[in-house]
Amino acid sequence: MFKRIATSRKARLSFDFEGHRLEAEDGDTVAAALLLAGERVLRSTAVSASERGPFCLMGVCFECLVEIDGIPNRQACMVKVLPGMRVRRQRGAARVGST
Amino acid sequence: MAVQHADTIVVGGGLVGAAISYGLAKIGQGVIVLDEGDVAFRASRGNFGLVWVQSKGDGMSEYARWTRRSADLWPEFAGELAGETGVSPHYYKAGGVHTCLSEEELQARTNLIERMRQVHGPERYEARVLDRRELAEMLPGLGEAVIGGSWSPHDGHASPLHLLRALHAGLLQGRGRYHADARVTAIARDGSGYRVTTAAGVFAAERVVLAAGLANRALAPMVGLSAPVSPLKGQILVTERAATVLPMPTAFVRQTEEGTFLMGDSYEDSGFDTASRPNVMAEIARRAARTFPFLRKLQVVRAWAALRVMSGDGFPIYEQSRTHPGAFVVNCHSGVTLAGAHALALAPMIARGRLDEEFAAFSAGRFDVQAHRDVA
Amino acid sequence: MSAYDVAIIGAGPAGMAAAVEASRAGFSVVVFDEQDAPGGQIYRAIERADAGRLALMGEDYARGRALAEAFRTSSAVYMPGTIVWNVDASLRINYSGATGSGEVTAGSVIIATGAMERATPLPGWTLPGVMTAGALQILLKAHELVSDDTVLVGCGPLLFLVAQQMTEAGSPPRAVVETTAPGALRRALPHLFGALRAPAYLRKGLAMIRQLARAGVPVYRHAQAVAIEGREAAEAVSFTIKGQRHRISAGTVGLHQGVIPNQQITRLLGCEQDWSASQRCFVPRLDPFGETRIQNVYVAGDGAGIGGAVSAALGGRLAALRIAARAGKATTGEARSVMARLARDRAIRPFLEALYAPSDEVLVPADDTLVCRCEEVTAGQIREAVALGAPGPNQAKAFLRCGMGPCQGRICGPVVTEVIAAARRTPQDAVGYYRIRPPLKPLSVAEIAGLAPAAEGQPLD
Repeated sequence: MFKRIATSRKARLSFDFEGHRLEAEDGDTVAAALLLAGERVLRSTAVSASERGPFCLMGVCFECLVEIDGIPNRQACMVKVLPGMRVRRQRGAARVGST
Repeated sequence: MAVQHADTIVVGGGLVGAAISYGLAKIGQGVIVLDEGDVAFRASRGNFGLVWVQSKGDGMSEYARWTRRSADLWPEFAGELAGETGVSPHYYKAGGVHTCLSEEELQARTNLIERMRQVHGPERYEARVLDRRELAEMLPGLGEAVIGGSWSPHDGHASPLHLLRALHAGLLQGRGRYHADARVTAIARDGSGYRVTTAAGVFAAERVVLAAGLANRALAPMVGLSAPVSPLKGQILVTERAATVLPMPTAFVRQTEEGTFLMGDSYEDSGFDTASRPNVMAEIARRAARTFPFLRKLQVVRAWAALRVMSGDGFPIYEQSRTHPGAFVVNCHSGVTLAGAHALALAPMIARGRLDEEFAAFSAGRFDVQAHRDVA
Repeated sequence: MSAYDVAIIGAGPAGMAAAVEASRAGFSVVVFDEQDAPGGQIYRAIERADAGRLALMGEDYARGRALAEAFRTSSAVYMPGTIVWNVDASLRINYSGATGSGEVTAGSVIIATGAMERATPLPGWTLPGVMTAGALQILLKAHELVSDDTVLVGCGPLLFLVAQQMTEAGSPPRAVVETTAPGALRRALPHLFGALRAPAYLRKGLAMIRQLARAGVPVYRHAQAVAIEGREAAEAVSFTIKGQRHRISAGTVGLHQGVIPNQQITRLLGCEQDWSASQRCFVPRLDPFGETRIQNVYVAGDGAGIGGAVSAALGGRLAALRIAARAGKATTGEARSVMARLARDRAIRPFLEALYAPSDEVLVPADDTLVCRCEEVTAGQIREAVALGAPGPNQAKAFLRCGMGPCQGRICGPVVTEVIAAARRTPQDAVGYYRIRPPLKPLSVAEIAGLAPAAEGQPLD
């Protein structure tokens, strides 16, 4: 489990993950906030549906893809949490088209 | 190094060379495939994956019929290939659509389909022009910008990459051998056959088939043939995987078995440059997004640029050398569409040492005639 | 479209130092940065660090503050949160930022895109909870997060640095499992004399290892057959030493096998690359000033070959000085003295490279280990493609789809080269690497389509 060892407090904000309210601090990336909340699984693959979580945290590996405010394939490690943001796990391939 | 022998040497391990080699191996021939290295022009890797009949052969009825023959052979060919190798080429005879975004495009398309109906004969050609409403029923998510198009039940699609892999696996299962990093530097007579010198050693065979794409230009004169082909760049964009939406391919957008969308069909006469260019990428994306607006939110993960192997009139070249019997040249830019015919129809002709009569139309000699006429 | 004298890609130490020097010389400078603030990975979140975090991360990190300040006060145009997705031979740069895509041209380009961690294919390495050691360090550095159930696995200085920083933060790792093969120290010793030219690094390394010992962090050496166990997520790390199997429970695993240059842009541009046997990776072929064989294209920092933050900043300055000298500008520094300092700072590298050579188990994984995480392709499948005749990574990619997923081959590329080289018994540089094309990062169809001018009467949507 991750914990925060911050020496000084920053502004707090809340966002939504899979319908739950989660807390973050100003400056947190979505990936960092989710790891702190104990959420290690952020998506399942389009190939075998195997579950994945953040791996490199520097924008290289594309393992932490989530849906943010309705837009799929956002890199959770590259996007800062904003108040009220709605984040969902990305399950399998993106769904597009008439549906 | 000892000279390696086979019945036939095929120069080129792309879709054309591999299909012919697979066909030869399938009928018991010993085949050596000589290929370049990992980085070569490799039109096969840039193929869009259509098995396309509806518009092929406008102006050359032999090509229209050959294309149709290949498309008709594809179901059997794909089934055998998958059965023998365990690698499916992901072939679907799903029909195919060419979408039109303007009245001009639709009128030109209507005229083309009518000409093709005459070429094939109305009883054998079921392609027709559809209006927007009819297309929208076939293609979920079709954009408002599409005003109509042509549809053909003869068309389909396959994965060029899986096809290539299956062909390579298939030829190795027969009496085929494959040599990469074996760029050909010389071809010389050797008794009744040929001796081929490469970067990876010397090989000998009764027959030699040049299926090396753009490299045929330099190779063909070594055996008394000519291959006046030049590069025509095409760029393709590929999206991430998405859940299956499209039931059939279109000429500009195709959803693969894996779920990725290919967007393509650009034509650039830019020599041997294979760079991906943002302005052309933009045009491709724009057309695709107008055709299927749902594509807009998908991510483009990859882009390719590859060189089509084009002859002066855009039609293939198939010819056996008069001065060097047993030496053949093969050039085309439809490696997927024609793979069925290359494996199951052309390979047996090569094995027996004679192309069918109607292949005379595919001789490169037609360009000489053209040249003389232009001069006159 | 804007035109700049110098375009710099990346705002780590190399990019910042290059921007400062080039601005001083009077050039118009633009700096593209994927991150939202300067620092790169090494000085990540440096501007936001308070005294507590500076103390925690150590003085090497704190040194980034002055550089970031100099960068902020320079005249360079800074473009944070911006991805460069294409650079062509005429030095036209396409980028994508918060407001969409744009294009600039540049007289010179300095590629300062730094390093990335070498992929670490092991059984179980795709399980959630398994990260790179660098990722754990980023969580600590930028977010002050530390995990209390961590095992660190692999080799390299960063592995021990992260262990020490976690210890300092009050959450030491449960263990450090080192995969270096026996004999590494013996192979490194001949380089020790050279390393003494940069003694600060040696002192720091020894201090780190002493601190871990004091904190009671167990260090397992020469571990083999490392596997991460777990069903839905990481639960334990198991490994073998001298025939004995060990198992340590862990919900967080940090993997590390050294860092390698990020080669996407130099590959895209077609810059020649050489295989570095000691660093075990490709490095771009550069002149002493960091210029590639393509005129006016420079590489500075770890992207030019791993050297660390101090060398990176020197390399950035050197490239900018060279550009200035070519343009006949007066400069504050003297290239020759920068070169000398660079040579001194890099003196530690041969020792470190020999001491922390990655293990064969990771470089050439077993058949059933996943190599391409995106498309889920195993090392065994790559060997099958070689048996089918694939001479290199591009044909293997065509046969198997390895490298075709969203990471665009960044993670699997170096491994695929190694696996093919071993299978074909061919040197890595003869095997080659994936061909890299734009877009350098995935980009939406809408954004690419938006580049085209709308034809008359055709709305964009």
